Amino acid sequence: MLYRECGNFKDNYAKDMAIFPIPLDRWGLGIMLVFAFLVIPFTASDYWLSSIMIPFYCFSLAALGLNFLTGYAGQVSLGHAAFMAVGAYSSLILYGRYGIPLVPSILGGGIVSAIVGSIFGIPSLRIKGFYLAVSTLAAQFIIEWVLTHWKWVSGGVFGTIDVPNLYIFGALLDTPLKKYYLVLCIVALMITFGKNLVRGQLGRNWMAIRDMDVAAEIIGVSLFRYKLIAFAVSSFYAGVAGALITITYYGAANIEEFNLFLSFHLLGMIIIGGMGTILGSFLGAGFMVLLPIFINQSMLTFMERVPSNLRANSEAIVFGGLIVFFLIVEPYGMARLWHTIKEKMRLWPFPY
Amino acid sequence: MSQKTEPILQMEAIEISFGGLKALDKVSLQVYPGEIMAIIGPNGAGKTTLLNVINGVYTPDNGRIFFDGKERPLKIKPHHVAAMGISRTFQNLALFKGMDTWSNIMVGRTKKMHAGFFSQGIYWGMSQKEEIEHREAVEGIIDFLEIENIRKQPAGMLPYGLQKRVELGRALASEPKLLLLDEPMAGMNLEEKEDIARFILDANEEIGYTIALIEHDMGVVMDICDRIVVLDFGNKIAEGTPDEIKSNPKVIKAYLGEAEGGGE
Ligand SMILES: Nc1ncnc2c1ncn2[C@@H]1O[C@H](COP(=O)(O)OP(=O)(O)OP(=O)(O)O)[C@@H](O)[C@H]1O
Ligand SMILES: [Mg+2]
Repeated sequence: MLYRECGNFKDNYAKDMAIFPIPLDRWGLGIMLVFAFLVIPFTASDYWLSSIMIPFYCFSLAALGLNFLTGYAGQVSLGHAAFMAVGAYSSLILYGRYGIPLVPSILGGGIVSAIVGSIFGIPSLRIKGFYLAVSTLAAQFIIEWVLTHWKWVSGGVFGTIDVPNLYIFGALLDTPLKKYYLVLCIVALMITFGKNLVRGQLGRNWMAIRDMDVAAEIIGVSLFRYKLIAFAVSSFYAGVAGALITITYYGAANIEEFNLFLSFHLLGMIIIGGMGTILGSFLGAGFMVLLPIFINQSMLTFMERVPSNLRANSEAIVFGGLIVFFLIVEPYGMARLWHTIKEKMRLWPFPY
Repeated sequence: MSQKTEPILQMEAIEISFGGLKALDKVSLQVYPGEIMAIIGPNGAGKTTLLNVINGVYTPDNGRIFFDGKERPLKIKPHHVAAMGISRTFQNLALFKGMDTWSNIMVGRTKKMHAGFFSQGIYWGMSQKEEIEHREAVEGIIDFLEIENIRKQPAGMLPYGLQKRVELGRALASEPKLLLLDEPMAGMNLEEKEDIARFILDANEEIGYTIALIEHDMGVVMDICDRIVVLDFGNKIAEGTPDEIKSNPKVIKAYLGEAEGGGE
């Protein structure tokens, strides 16, 4: 048992406040990074890279964005798929129509999405819970409508923009491997940034608002400021995720991909994975991406006669069932289950 | 203790009503620098309402409020009041339940932290320096309140008495010019009350904080407070030193009247 805090004393607060204060967490992260950067790219097939790993990273990023807003700051959003769409469309417009380089275009998409997200976040200053959920639902519909009906956006064909050839620093981004690396680099940087945000003053203020908003404001947290920042950061992450998944996986910005179901799915991901944790966003997204594959495979192997429409539905049934399970049994999701195991090991062998 | 100098907080003829009920009726009071002032009165007298007016949670219908020598608007955002140097604990538990003890207290310092968004995101330069600096200040408060052993426990899991104590820590963390405590000892056993009373006295005598507190336990109030203001049905019925209040017929009547009515 190496994973423990006993006998691992910190002699100053700087060390206690390091991003991962426990050595094994740091190693664990190191191993994961090596795995993601060096092992997966050279062992996984093109299919795995482009159809599983890339969507997994992108959905993790989007789920993380929603987690900032919902898990940390305690505000609901049913419009996050639409914020992803805003990022997707605007990054393609920046890249394809205005010839802005790829990475700035992707980030630009995120910024446009952040602006749109903060505008739709304004009602959160007045309303909470169910009513806020309904008003973000309106965001989903309004954005969908605008993106399909505003001719300027698609510049011709309604509602879709094809992804042109992608160049980064003059090199053509053509193979799944190159796209994988693009996505991985951006996602890794944004996770580090996000992890720092939530463990610092911003994250604490978000959680304070989530846990007790009136007290938070009296203590000195500006609800106006921090709620709007939550909406902005959250939609920035969603927007970048939408841009990335569109250019590296879907191949065209298409509003169909970003419908209300995806908004619900994102919410499901953070419920299953874990509200208010970074890890939870990944567990939830991984789960969502792998579940259909797993169900399909097992049905193919074990129940060859299952009709395909039942297979499709079984996915929704399992997913829905799990959401209910986690909401009732473990509201903090898979990340908390993992955390509980860690806490047990952390103080081992002296659990008091 | 209470030097009759300029008051740090001055409220003049504050009026507020909810529907038909006058919760505060032309209440005027002053808090002087360096004193511990108590606000007492039967249930529903308007004590918490008074604090909410000070914090900007409620906007009074009439009156004037001066803080630190300047008049402040009646309608004001609570976090602006915090920035002016007023801090507060709550009658009902109001910790951030999902956060651990030290993070709760750290939120109390939010108005003192200025690192920008990007600095926080890369945790480099100003933000790192600031986090460590403020963490050290928070550890000082943790030592002061003798809660070292729970610094990393989720606040929501702590027993009631400790939650109240952490809340006091969160209010102290902002190093306020005026500290408002709404029934800091309610629901505690004798030993816990003595601890809190000692912390309040130490905060006042050693660190020099100005404190206004609401408390029902007369024993404690008489022991630790320099001056007492008595509210009843939204009216200020008396003001004075503990000895003056003890023998004030109006106060005795207000409390006896309540006892007959079956109250506290
Ligand atoms: N937001 C509100 N809306 C309506 N009525 C209110 C509101 N806040 C307080 N009141 C009323 O104002 C009166 C004073 O309430 P307040 O909470 O200030 O009493 P208190 O002196 O703090 O009493 P206690 O000792 O029970 O805490 C009560 O009658 C209460 O019902
Ligand atoms: Mg009260």
